[in-house]
Amino acid sequence: MAITLRIPPPLRKFTGGVELTEMEATHLPDLFENLEKQFPGIKKVLCSEDGTPHRFVNVYVNDEDIRFLGGAAYKFQDGDEVLLIPAIAGGCGTAS
Amino acid sequence: MGYLTQLRCRECQRTYPVGPIAACEECWAPLEAVYDYDRLRAELPRDVIAQRPPTMWRYRELLPLNGDPCVGGSTGFTPLVPAPRLARALGAREVYLKNDAVNFPTLSFKDRVVAVALSKAREFGFDTVGCSSTGNLANSVAAQAARGGFKAYIFVPDNLEPEKITATEIYGATLVRIRGNYDQVNRLCSEIAQKYSWGMVNVNLRSYYSEGSKTFGYEVAEQLGWRLPQNIVVPMAGGSLITKIHKAFRELQQLGWVEPLATKFFGAQATGCSPITTAAKKGSPEIQPQKPSTLVKSLAIGNPADGYYAVKTILGSGGAGEDALDEEVIEGIRLLAETEGVFAETAGGVTVAVAKKLIEQGRLNRDESIVLAITGNGLKTLSAVRDGLPTTAAIRPKLAEFEEHYLGLTPASVG
Repeated sequence: MAITLRIPPPLRKFTGGVELTEMEATHLPDLFENLEKQFPGIKKVLCSEDGTPHRFVNVYVNDEDIRFLGGAAYKFQDGDEVLLIPAIAGGCGTAS
Repeated sequence: MGYLTQLRCRECQRTYPVGPIAACEECWAPLEAVYDYDRLRAELPRDVIAQRPPTMWRYRELLPLNGDPCVGGSTGFTPLVPAPRLARALGAREVYLKNDAVNFPTLSFKDRVVAVALSKAREFGFDTVGCSSTGNLANSVAAQAARGGFKAYIFVPDNLEPEKITATEIYGATLVRIRGNYDQVNRLCSEIAQKYSWGMVNVNLRSYYSEGSKTFGYEVAEQLGWRLPQNIVVPMAGGSLITKIHKAFRELQQLGWVEPLATKFFGAQATGCSPITTAAKKGSPEIQPQKPSTLVKSLAIGNPADGYYAVKTILGSGGAGEDALDEEVIEGIRLLAETEGVFAETAGGVTVAVAKKLIEQGRLNRDESIVLAITGNGLKTLSAVRDGLPTTAAIRPKLAEFEEHYLGLTPASVG
């Protein structure tokens, strides 16, 4: 399924600043695999080897926490918008 | 001042210099404030504390500021009072109320965390602050931002109690009402914190903000005569307060200010939003998020940021998690008010109701000292209890009518 993934600021060091990416993925572990192919090094921040998200990584699909949709069992639909957010967001780093 | 040395990841232990960051870059786990305890032990005798004014700042060396606070100068040192009538009603021997329902300036424990967060925001140079809130935090950020001369953006679920809406808007803060629950509000705030250079008190300032809660624990210990309680019952929303009271008790033991004692921590939630107590009952810190459905809006966080650590605190202390139905919460509010003259908001009803259950179940030892954390004021959630109170008909200003309606005397018997 073709989905859109929004990359949060703390991960953009892996993406060269890219904020939005499209990919094919069926389940959450595929998403992490494909993301790693596009942006090497990114996966270890997000999940364990088997694709289980780290405890402090929240995954939203079309604004709903993926855990309410079945978690790893959720099958992505065409056009899904996926958002990765730290459970506690880190912020911009500096005050202006 | 200035005993804060760095921030440290609670999971991978990576350290960071002091700055407006709350999550580890490597694993996204929360960052914790670390102090120079050796220097504190050497330079800060307990007797010094007792001579200071009765505010949370008497423990300033244990808070993460470099200088004086810019707001909340009178916050904290709320009463710790024995509650003998409530104890009798609960069948317990020694119960105390730590009463942050009368905290200053906005009548909840959140005044402590906001005083630290906004003072830190000023140190970092932020001119705009904000938060996601279930109400009490909104009130406190709005009030203290006004006092400190910050611009404030406050994000709340649109179903909050009207009292909490008014008590935010009155301070001139920009109140953003979101059609959704707290967890959705918080997600939006996380995105905002990542995009705008604002001091979001419970997002990018969270490592400092949460430290303010420790003062609740320091005060309990000092007000008990520098001893720790055997048990404490704490309401949980995001789960931060209970972990920070635990940290406070640990620090006091590290500093040698109290005798070591393994206080049991009991976490309280409403059954309609109980992700932390549900996990605690299963004996596992893994949190399954919930969709809140409870009148206890101040605790209605279905995906608690510190839930994992809250469960670990509870289980590690030998305590327990328990939750109460909405009707039990209302009974708890009334029991507290009728026995001790303390009118708590719904979270206080949760604490009392859960304490009652735990004592009945024998998990909370009725013969030991028990502190109940009362974290907010009942005047903020009037709508939750108003309908359940008996309404009385108005009478004419006649003695006979008073005697008939309120003393049950008939006109004939009065003579």
